[in-house]
Amino acid sequence: MSEHIVTPKTYLIILACLVILTVTTVAAAFQDFGDLNNLIAVGIAVTKAALVVLFFMHGKWGSRMVKLAIFGAGLWLVFLLMITWFDYWSRGWMDGAMPF
Amino acid sequence: MTRTLAELKSKANYLNVAFGAKSWLLTKDHKRIAILYLISVTTFFLVGGIFAGVIRLELMTPAGDLVQPDVYNRMFTMHGIIMIFFFLIPAIPAVLGNFILPLMLGAKDLAFPRINLASWYVYMAGGILGVYSLIQGGVDTGWTFYVPFSTTYSNTGVTLVAIAAFIVGFSSIMTALNFIVTTHRMRAPGLTWFRLPLMVWALYATSVIIMLATPVLAITLVMLALERSLHIGIFDPALGGDPVLFQHLFWFYSHPAVYIMILPAMGVISELIAAFARKRIFGYSFVAFSSMAIAVLGFLVWGHHMFVSGQSIYAGTVFSILTMLVAIPSAVKVFNWTATLYQGAVSYQTPMLYALGFIGLFTIGGLTGIFLGTMGLDTHVHDTYFVVAHFHYVMVGGTIMGYLGGLHYWWPKISGRLYPEFWAKLSALLVFVGFNLTFFPQFIVGYLGMPRRYHAYPPEFQVLNVLSTAGATILGVGYLLPVIYLVWSMRYGRKAPANPWGAVGLEWETGSPPPQYNFHETPVVDHEAYDYHHEAEKPKVA
Amino acid sequence: MSATGETTALQHHFDSMEQQRDTSTLGMWTFVAQEVMFFGGLFTAYLVYRVLHPKAFEIGSAHLDIWLGGINTAVLIASSFTMAMAVWAAQTGRRKQIGHFLVATLILGSVFLGIKAYEYNHKWHEHLVPGSHFALDSPYEDNVELFFCLYFAMTGMHALHMVIGVGLLLWFIVKAYKGRFTPEYSHPVEIFGLYWHFVDIVWIFLFPLLYLLGRH
Repeated sequence: MSEHIVTPKTYLIILACLVILTVTTVAAAFQDFGDLNNLIAVGIAVTKAALVVLFFMHGKWGSRMVKLAIFGAGLWLVFLLMITWFDYWSRGWMDGAMPF
Repeated sequence: MTRTLAELKSKANYLNVAFGAKSWLLTKDHKRIAILYLISVTTFFLVGGIFAGVIRLELMTPAGDLVQPDVYNRMFTMHGIIMIFFFLIPAIPAVLGNFILPLMLGAKDLAFPRINLASWYVYMAGGILGVYSLIQGGVDTGWTFYVPFSTTYSNTGVTLVAIAAFIVGFSSIMTALNFIVTTHRMRAPGLTWFRLPLMVWALYATSVIIMLATPVLAITLVMLALERSLHIGIFDPALGGDPVLFQHLFWFYSHPAVYIMILPAMGVISELIAAFARKRIFGYSFVAFSSMAIAVLGFLVWGHHMFVSGQSIYAGTVFSILTMLVAIPSAVKVFNWTATLYQGAVSYQTPMLYALGFIGLFTIGGLTGIFLGTMGLDTHVHDTYFVVAHFHYVMVGGTIMGYLGGLHYWWPKISGRLYPEFWAKLSALLVFVGFNLTFFPQFIVGYLGMPRRYHAYPPEFQVLNVLSTAGATILGVGYLLPVIYLVWSMRYGRKAPANPWGAVGLEWETGSPPPQYNFHETPVVDHEAYDYHHEAEKPKVA
Repeated sequence: MSATGETTALQHHFDSMEQQRDTSTLGMWTFVAQEVMFFGGLFTAYLVYRVLHPKAFEIGSAHLDIWLGGINTAVLIASSFTMAMAVWAAQTGRRKQIGHFLVATLILGSVFLGIKAYEYNHKWHEHLVPGSHFALDSPYEDNVELFFCLYFAMTGMHALHMVIGVGLLLWFIVKAYKGRFTPEYSHPVEIFGLYWHFVDIVWIFLFPLLYLLGRH
């Protein structure tokens, strides 16, 4: 539960991972991977966020309810982003720009 | 004269434990905070009602002869803003929920009593700012604050009202946070999730919606206020911004807000139907899960407010189909309430009258919602009185009927007094008749093409509008009566026993009014909710 | 938020310390979920406008200082680490160290805000602050202004959360050096930590979205 004690060693490893990922994402920004550019940047950010949530915030050892709160917040954010985006994405379809 | 300790203990309750303004204004007792909320939301209800009165008076005649057009715009805007943000959203959760949730859970208080008190102060801060902006001239954008009118063209105090709505939003977030955590962590021993009263399920689902939807409105109002006051244009078409994005963000909150208003009322109705039909709610778990289903599905349909906004028709189609899905859990509830009545020992006391009224009116409101969720029909009746009638059937015919029913049902518990049954039945009847007379003609006049938000209209619509105004008068009397006789009953009403309705539920096992910490001993629960069958078998104790 | 101001003693409406601790932890997580949606509105605006104006967003990005942004990311990650260490010190009863780690967090948080203020000031001189002052020699001038509207709204809202966090930290540091936090009463530090880490996560997303995308 919330009382779980994480050792400084784990925290140090996570810190190192976060710094390495930050350097990676900056380095990647100077390369052009075409369509993958955005995916790489967001993917690295999601990984970093996951490390912070799971270890720094003890999400890994949280109660079922805590995990549900994390999952729920993420899912609802996706609802908001994706459904709104779908409107803009599909606006050109009437003019024959449908992607399928 | 000396009294025994036990006698003293039985006399002490949350109302007489301390006296004076300070004991109320600094209280951390959820029951007293509920009373503070009761007084505040009733005040705002009356203010919002006055605006409705002006609107109906103006619409008695086709010509715009009572108020100027810009005054009329402010009237319907302030009516909407006050009724939605300051009355309907806090009404059932913050008054009835605050009072009854810990009692239903067998808890001594909510999880965070200080946050609970803070929520009332935040509510009042928003409310006072709202009233202040009213004195400053109000606002004329409609409660929806659509850009670019609200950011660029309106000459009224949009920023102030937006900030007031922002602040009040945080008060409901605080209440919701408290309810969620309390329901998880403060249940009495033996009170498992499927032994909870359906009111608790409904309040829980409502709280989830509040937590996930309100912050989106908050940040949207911040962007609106920044754009208006600092001229940095996030929704400004001149910079390539999109006003439709504002509508997306606004309705991401404001559609679920409809469920914030109606779900707690549905919870109340489940309690009333079970208590006055003397039966366990038919299909308990279906009703419980339908609340959660509404909470989730309610987030996926906001675009049905935007069919004519320039939204892509493909998005519109998806929203339209998803809207049909929300009808399913709502219909499950109505079906199960009706099925509960079947072969029940139904008695027609005031709360039950409101509950039966709710079922009928909500069904009409819900079904017309399906009309409006259909893209083709909505294009025809969009922004007409058909829409106005629809959402008043849901919010007034649904939420306020539920609120009044619940208030009567729990009034003996809240005040320790019985209300006068004759006057209460009379007012329930007046509300039902007045309501239908007010809003049913609006379906017709809207379908014939009368647009909403205009102070004048073609003369052929006058008969229906006069009927509507006449109904509003009756409705007004119906709402004023409870204010009078409930206040009267606090002094002159008969003393209420612990369980005046012979209902099942933890809240009826403690005194009326309850002691300061709700229960002298933490109750232990070993049976399901609405255990009327089991109750009937028990030997009667004189 | 939540039970940070409560006394060490068990509050009247709880049955045990365990229940009290669990309750405040869950309360804070629920609050964090709410915060996710609060920033979610801004991220939605970002997504939509990026889709509508990709070229302007590239130009806007190029006007931000990637090195200052990168350093700030590292600073904030380090502050999250020291915050996590403060929680560890509280849980294991190292009373002095709680204060030390919190002070370190405070310093790192302030450095972040200092660099941010420097960046804002710089943007003002470059006429990149939205409003009548805004000027950019580009065919996409208007759309780039929209980018900077979002830049200031997003980083400003994040900075506001940082300022609140720094304010709360001061209070925690005083309490920590007074020896108020013990292994039995460490949860105020823990739930404040949740808030601090959440603010860090927001920046973890803001950095690539605002500074990096479309750079190459």
